[in-house]
Amino acid sequence: MGAGQDVGRSCILVSIAGKNVMLDCGMHMGFNDDRRFPDFSYITQNGRLTDFLDCVIISHFHLDHCGALPYFSEMVGYDGPIYMTHPTQAICPILLEDYRKIAVDKKGEANFFTSQMIKDCMKKVVAVHLHQTVQVDDELEIKAYYAGHVLGAAMFQIKVGSESVVYTGDYNMTPDRHLGAAWVDKCRPSLLISESTYATTIRDSKRCRERDFLKKVHETVERGGKVLIPVFALGRAQELCILLETFWERMNLKVPIYFSTGLTEKANHYYKLFITWTNQKIRKTFVQRNMFEFKHIKAFDRAFADNPGPMVVFATPGMLHAGQSLQIFRKWAGNEKNMVIMPGYCVQGTVGHKILSGQRKLEMEGRQVLEVKMQVEYMSFSAHADAKGIMQLVGQAEPDSVLLVHGEAKKMEFLRQKIEQEFRVSCYMPANGETVTLPTSPSIPVGISLGLLKREMAQGLLPEAKKLRLLHGTLIMKDSSFRLVSSEQALKELGLAEHQLRFTCRVHLQDTRKEQEMALRVYSHLKSTLQGHCVQHLPDGSVTVESILIQAAAHSEDPGTKVLLVSWTYQDEELGSFLTALLKKGLPQTPS
Amino acid sequence: MVPGKTTLPMMPLGRGARRKNSQLPRRSRRQPAETGRRFLDLRSGEVDIKHPKVRHETVLPVRAPNLTMQYPQVQINHHYARLWTGHDFYPQFPSFATCSKELKECSGHVFVDSVPEFCLPETELIDLSTVDVILISNYHCMMALPYITEHTGFTGTVYATEPTVQIGRLLMEELVNFIERVPKAQSASLWKNKDIQRLLPSPLKDAVEVSTWRRCYTMQEVNSALSKIQLVGYSQKIELFGAVQVTPLSSGYALGSSNWIIQSHYEKVSYVSGSSLLTTHPQPMDQTSLKNSDVLVLTGLTQIPTANPDGMVGEFCSNLALTVRNGGNVLVPCYPSGVIYDLLECLYQYIDSAGLSSIPFYFISPVANSSLEFSQIFAEWLCHNKQSKVYLPEPPFPHAELIQTNKLKHYPSIHGDFSNDFRQPCVVFTGHPSLRFGDVVHFMELWGKSSLNTVIFTEPDFSYLEALAPYQPLAMKCIYCPIDTRLNFIQVSKLLKEVQPLHVVCPEQYTQPPPAQSHRMDLMIDCQPPPMSYRRAEVLALPFKRRYEKIEIMPELADSLVPMEIKPGISLATVSAVLHTKDNKHVLQPPPRPAQPTSGKKRKRVSDDVPDCQVLKPLLSGSIPVEQFVQTLEKHGFSDIKVEDTAKGHIVLLQEAETLIQIEEDSTHIICDNDEMLRVRLRDLVLKFLQKF
Repeated sequence: MGAGQDVGRSCILVSIAGKNVMLDCGMHMGFNDDRRFPDFSYITQNGRLTDFLDCVIISHFHLDHCGALPYFSEMVGYDGPIYMTHPTQAICPILLEDYRKIAVDKKGEANFFTSQMIKDCMKKVVAVHLHQTVQVDDELEIKAYYAGHVLGAAMFQIKVGSESVVYTGDYNMTPDRHLGAAWVDKCRPSLLISESTYATTIRDSKRCRERDFLKKVHETVERGGKVLIPVFALGRAQELCILLETFWERMNLKVPIYFSTGLTEKANHYYKLFITWTNQKIRKTFVQRNMFEFKHIKAFDRAFADNPGPMVVFATPGMLHAGQSLQIFRKWAGNEKNMVIMPGYCVQGTVGHKILSGQRKLEMEGRQVLEVKMQVEYMSFSAHADAKGIMQLVGQAEPDSVLLVHGEAKKMEFLRQKIEQEFRVSCYMPANGETVTLPTSPSIPVGISLGLLKREMAQGLLPEAKKLRLLHGTLIMKDSSFRLVSSEQALKELGLAEHQLRFTCRVHLQDTRKEQEMALRVYSHLKSTLQGHCVQHLPDGSVTVESILIQAAAHSEDPGTKVLLVSWTYQDEELGSFLTALLKKGLPQTPS
Repeated sequence: MVPGKTTLPMMPLGRGARRKNSQLPRRSRRQPAETGRRFLDLRSGEVDIKHPKVRHETVLPVRAPNLTMQYPQVQINHHYARLWTGHDFYPQFPSFATCSKELKECSGHVFVDSVPEFCLPETELIDLSTVDVILISNYHCMMALPYITEHTGFTGTVYATEPTVQIGRLLMEELVNFIERVPKAQSASLWKNKDIQRLLPSPLKDAVEVSTWRRCYTMQEVNSALSKIQLVGYSQKIELFGAVQVTPLSSGYALGSSNWIIQSHYEKVSYVSGSSLLTTHPQPMDQTSLKNSDVLVLTGLTQIPTANPDGMVGEFCSNLALTVRNGGNVLVPCYPSGVIYDLLECLYQYIDSAGLSSIPFYFISPVANSSLEFSQIFAEWLCHNKQSKVYLPEPPFPHAELIQTNKLKHYPSIHGDFSNDFRQPCVVFTGHPSLRFGDVVHFMELWGKSSLNTVIFTEPDFSYLEALAPYQPLAMKCIYCPIDTRLNFIQVSKLLKEVQPLHVVCPEQYTQPPPAQSHRMDLMIDCQPPPMSYRRAEVLALPFKRRYEKIEIMPELADSLVPMEIKPGISLATVSAVLHTKDNKHVLQPPPRPAQPTSGKKRKRVSDDVPDCQVLKPLLSGSIPVEQFVQTLEKHGFSDIKVEDTAKGHIVLLQEAETLIQIEEDSTHIICDNDEMLRVRLRDLVLKFLQKF
């Protein structure tokens, strides 16, 4: 429904073993019309969403993953559970409210969700811990894994019986200044749904990028220019703040750094309270020094934008599509001394995307044309996995198949081929609205009686049992319980008696010797022929091969003929009929 | 199978078993003995660090009852180690020349003068190097961990939640720090001589395994021990060797405290220790997940079953206010984490209304700052109310505000800043609650002489009388407000009704009323069937029989199965398959296709043609109706059939073929000449009437 060969409005419907789970519910930053939200009519044409969906999972708080949630739950109508991590639950409503304000108050949109709707929507949220197995119902369970990317971002495993899907959301495989790296265990899902924002990029080392960034910022402020860094309030912003803060401290710089109002302090507070979600180093040192208490970075006031002299401003939102960052950009764009650094990905249609693709004359609202003279720099700080990271995750999880979302079609195609080559698994990249059906062949769990299992295992341990051993038993299916027991036990449980089927064949041999001698000859013949079988000569004169009984008798009429009676049960049929055939050929003449 | 795989949930000792001597009667005060104490004049800001801050140390054993559970595949041991209180001595004290230097008398009680020592968990019973897993229930239950992980050959994994590890580290760090400050170089050992110990007064005489008592571990050992812990979250399913799955559940008692479910596919054991149904700061106890247990091991109940924690908190506040209003100081011996958060929260609400807003509150511990900071970052482990505060975002605990407004101040020790800031009257929270070491010793000495001051005991682990004994005589007021939020017996019976385990297993002490209150039949576990009890160093077989194990049938095999309905609702299918077992997981795969007979090419040895008798044929069931059978035979071209009745059934004679078929209720016997074709034809006709299994 979204993010199919595209970045924005992530929204995926997964039907797994009769359960329906919707993954993410995002908005698209590039559109202001209907295309901004996913088309929920894909889910079901008639009937309520609540009846159709078993649950909704939100991977993290970015609006392209949760922006349509109040619209979906309150305006389209969904009352079932919505799962997300604690930090996501805390931060999500704030970003939604922010988004609502821009849409309604600034752009004057009608028919948008209200503040109350955001609140009502959040009441349906169930918070999950990392690695906690949440039982959505008796069969459906979900589990969150750490994803890096932003505070509280998680990957989710959705599991029904032996079938499972892992949805990565957005993730980052290399730890950064404030977050750790994504990790998933070798859970071998039937399907891995991975983002692929940087499907073709293999990024150089983080350290180089950081040095570059600092160098550019430093040079610009040295020559008296202003630096604008459009960011989203939570996430990259904190990482860059930590970076600049330490640099300013080290270089003893006095140029002011501002962070656009509103969320800053609050955002940092969230980081402080959810410090268990940040990386090891920050967690270890937080008692002595909280990394999210900045000395050099101050709150921004709108009036500061016109101040003379150099400054660095972090402003929201990150793609220059609205709000304060766009306002400042318009003010500063005309001066070639200034610089704008785009630290993250920009969706098509946004001002950010336009200037990054080299456009220098921008048509603004009201037919105004804005000429961009300031320097435009792009620094990939967004915490998405690059091609290497995606391959790494596929290797970690060992899925049966992979499905790529949240990326551009051309790049996806490249990665798709690479995954298919390297891992020999099928890889899909559906467009929005397209359905991929994956056949799975789940194995069936049943209970095996311990007696039967132990018997088999004990035999399996014998050294001579190199040949494949066959386990034989009876599967009892009663209601929904499946139990595998030994045939004897099955008969007993059902109160049935065993019916023994026995065969006795007469083998006529021309021989004048006595019966006892005959039996002895049969014994030695079989003993030498059937190595590896238990051949015994019993005191009563009969010979046994395993459980097959052979007796020699005189012929009632012809004294020159002896009769061998070979007797066996149905269960030993093969060996029995083999023996009769063997004996029919006669006994070898004994020397002497 | 994993013979010898062992899991060790840890729980506290003092907390696990009810203290035998917690109900000691108040003894009459004895005349003071001159002991030459040193006082620290904190008001002057002078602290003499050269002089011992600790006097007359009582040996503090960590007691460890040990419980071994036999779980057929996995041996599970519950160890609990916990600081155990020092013992009083009765006044009739004979003198022992040999160890008189070690033994000191004070107010008619005798103490061992030594560096504190700790009693380890029971290690004789099992070889700890064969233990694979230790499960930790809460941060009070891991104090003996370094002894196990560092010195026993243990190489397994330890599982605990993140708050448990972080706060456990703080508790250990504080302990190590306190012990390092104890200036005694020597451990008293002479009194441990069996011949001497046996002559000592009763409590000491009864101290167990004194020879195994050990000195405190170092910070290095603590760090190494903690590095072996694997962090887990509530409701996380952890696979152990493919044989069992363990899951921690919220137990509602402390930050990150857990109960554990240990289960295979068909058996479930719940280990419930240190749980609370009261609403304090931690996440509420998860009861629903404990349902359907075959066995529920219940331990870590409240030490003080007769005290209501809410009432105690009220008493705590009013006594505190009373003392301070009269110009006295209040000393609260406590651990640096846990109940103190709740006490601070109560005071936060109480101080303004009680007119105490100008009174300074001091929290003194080497880990005070860390403890206060850590408490604010475990939002996910807190009760709902506190969680929603974080969403605002505000710190979940109000002590952040107390610190901000300078009402609460914290210091690593009484040295340094504290001596400058110290103002009286005041309230001091500090450790160790046993009063045997830590900064609390200073304050006991400083304030003990004045009846204006009050010491309020809130921690339930130590008998306050025993704790106070070496300080006697005291003018200071002593208030006993034990706050123990763990389950009491009423709550236990409520819980058991809710959870309904098939069997309950618990320490022996819980199956009878406390010795001092033998008439209180309500102070014991009452359930049906009666609980199975265990005592120290006892091996107990848990009452369940394993009958089934999980196995997976591969889809290809499942497709080939032909079920038939035998009785309404019951279907059967015979299965012949290859069993694969790896990592304790069993899988059934379809049997390999029989190899195509390579007829003709080479002469093979006869033995190569011997059929594999391992190809098993199904069992048969049913009976053969003779008339229909004869009709069938006729239909298939047999003639000249004669039927004779016998005692048990019939004999069908095929005279032409010289064949005889004996048919009885449960058996059929075909006796014929060696004519394979004939035999197979007859067999197939017989099988038509029978069912295969």
